[in-house]
Amino acid sequence: MEALTGAVPTEVHDLAAASVRDLNQALHTPGVAKRAAHWRVLNPRGAHSVACGLNEELTVAVEGHVGYYCAGMNQLAAVTVHGNAGVGVAENMMSGSVRVRGNASQSAGATAHGGLLVIEGDAAARCGISMKGVDIVVGGSVGHMSAFMGQAGRLVVCGDAGDALGDSLYEARIYVRGRVKSLGADCVEKPVRDEHLAELTGLLAAAGVDADPASFRRYGSARRLYHFQADNAY
Amino acid sequence: MNDDHQSAHPGNGLRESATFDRATIHAIQRAAATGVYDIRGWGAKRRLPHFDDLLLLGASMSRYPLEGYRERCDTDVVLGARNAKHPLRLDIPVTIAGMSFGALSAQAKEALGRGASEAGTSTTTGDGGMTREERGHSKHLVYQYLPSRYGMNPDDLRAADAIEVVLGQGAKPGGGGMLLGQKITERVAGMRTLPVGIDQRSACRHPDWTGPDDLAIKIRELREITDWEKPVYVKVGATRTYYDVKLAVHAGADVVVVDGMQGGTAATQDVFIEHVGIPTLAALPQAVQALQELGVHREVQLIVSGGIRGGADMAKALALGADAVAIGTAALIALGDNHPRYDAQYRELGSAAGFYDDYQDGRDPAGISTQDEELAARLDPVEGGRRIANFLRVMTMEAQALARACGKAHLHHLEPEDLVALTIESAAMARVPLAGTNWIPGMTGSGL
Repeated sequence: MEALTGAVPTEVHDLAAASVRDLNQALHTPGVAKRAAHWRVLNPRGAHSVACGLNEELTVAVEGHVGYYCAGMNQLAAVTVHGNAGVGVAENMMSGSVRVRGNASQSAGATAHGGLLVIEGDAAARCGISMKGVDIVVGGSVGHMSAFMGQAGRLVVCGDAGDALGDSLYEARIYVRGRVKSLGADCVEKPVRDEHLAELTGLLAAAGVDADPASFRRYGSARRLYHFQADNAY
Repeated sequence: MNDDHQSAHPGNGLRESATFDRATIHAIQRAAATGVYDIRGWGAKRRLPHFDDLLLLGASMSRYPLEGYRERCDTDVVLGARNAKHPLRLDIPVTIAGMSFGALSAQAKEALGRGASEAGTSTTTGDGGMTREERGHSKHLVYQYLPSRYGMNPDDLRAADAIEVVLGQGAKPGGGGMLLGQKITERVAGMRTLPVGIDQRSACRHPDWTGPDDLAIKIRELREITDWEKPVYVKVGATRTYYDVKLAVHAGADVVVVDGMQGGTAATQDVFIEHVGIPTLAALPQAVQALQELGVHREVQLIVSGGIRGGADMAKALALGADAVAIGTAALIALGDNHPRYDAQYRELGSAAGFYDDYQDGRDPAGISTQDEELAARLDPVEGGRRIANFLRVMTMEAQALARACGKAHLHHLEPEDLVALTIESAAMARVPLAGTNWIPGMTGSGL
């Protein structure tokens, strides 16, 4: 690791020379943000668990592709992956933000409680599965079963959505600009009112995505599965 | 059942069908009337091969017993020293199994924590996340990482003493959780990020991994987040136990928890409870075999649960190769669940003391499996904690008494050679000889 000189100190961690364990241990050090608030991670080369469990107001720029669970359970930090991300990027994020410049594999933002996840490319299946309050903005398309059992938060898809979007949805809200291949059980299209346009405008702005909010359709739960009934089984 | 019927109608010649007994008749009638399957708690009720079918061989001539009042029989156990910087060091090899806040009241969770701490052991969270009551009163708290991820957050992960990745539960391997709307109060709903009063469905599998290869990566992530400080357990419902244990070890588990078919549940389908999984007795030797073949028996600890009721069960499980046992239903009974003093109220609910299993309704008169504030207030967590501690101590003393009789100075010195079986089935499952023979069905010859 080396500290670069300049107005804003930046710590550089090269995963070709040191391990993910070394990186995470350094990022978890109490008070790390005061010592170096900005981090560059070089040569991730598909490593798993890069920058997971962060708990301070850091910015972390990962320069390359990452494997599973990058920025898992993030709190407060802003992590940017300048590449593609593997399974479960930003899983269970609590706050802060994660941005993937490329594409993301399945289960992006799974079970995340808060914060903002932006995927500039496409996301694979089950994007936002069991989401619990996170906001997810996908510049491209999402795969099947996205937002499955989504409990809370917002999923914005600027491209298309695969099969069974929003299956068994609770209270998460979904906006899709492109084509939806099919809706999952208990997921229905809902009218886009002014408050939804305002919400969408804010989310797109936060994500830095240039898209017309009026071009999106809204989906949510019909709430027919909220109480157990025999005819809910299939 | 047949005997009960005959005693209720002496001399009248009526004979109950063994196939269509009264419970079966009632189940058919209930299904026909309601059109929904029965949901209940409390685990399997059918008779299954169990530790009662085994006997310990106390010492006589060929073995030398220990003096009960002067010679030590130690009980401590260390869990998770394989990878963790801070393994769990427990005074006794019996722990409290995972039971959720939501399924149980806050008072019950606090009492479990108090009792476990007083007895020098751990308790475990459940599907509802970590409560302040439980963390505050638990010296050793295991945080369950469940498919639902309700209430999961890294602060609680770091506040735990160990992490238990739950893949399955003995009462319902392959099934998800159910917490019906009547128990989803504002607090429970808040912890689970769900609307108040709706039925809560928990997924049957983790949302962000798809098999054992992914599990290894997931465990490493959990270790990374907690800086490799905590032991990581993997809990499986007893089914294909031999293979599941091997895969759990390969994935990096420090401790494997095997929950047998007699394990309890707060609410699931009766048909699931009674017809899925294998008995604890059948699973335990499979798990030990898997660990032994991998050369990690005693290095990766084995916790066995599912119908553990007392010191005899514990001693026999340890003799078969477990490092510790966990109790769930027995702990609830120790707290006061199904106590006769509430019999009249159980009867008002259509049940009776000793039979109550409608945990899903949230109307538990004992104040344990409920979120009703008035009912929950009936359970004094301090008194409940005392009862739990007493029960844990009694279990331990019972196991010590049995171990000393077998000449053992530590509970972990018990071994399969200390056991025989009363039935062919239990001999085959436990892989110990049928009493009075050297025959282990399926493993040895048939000679006496």
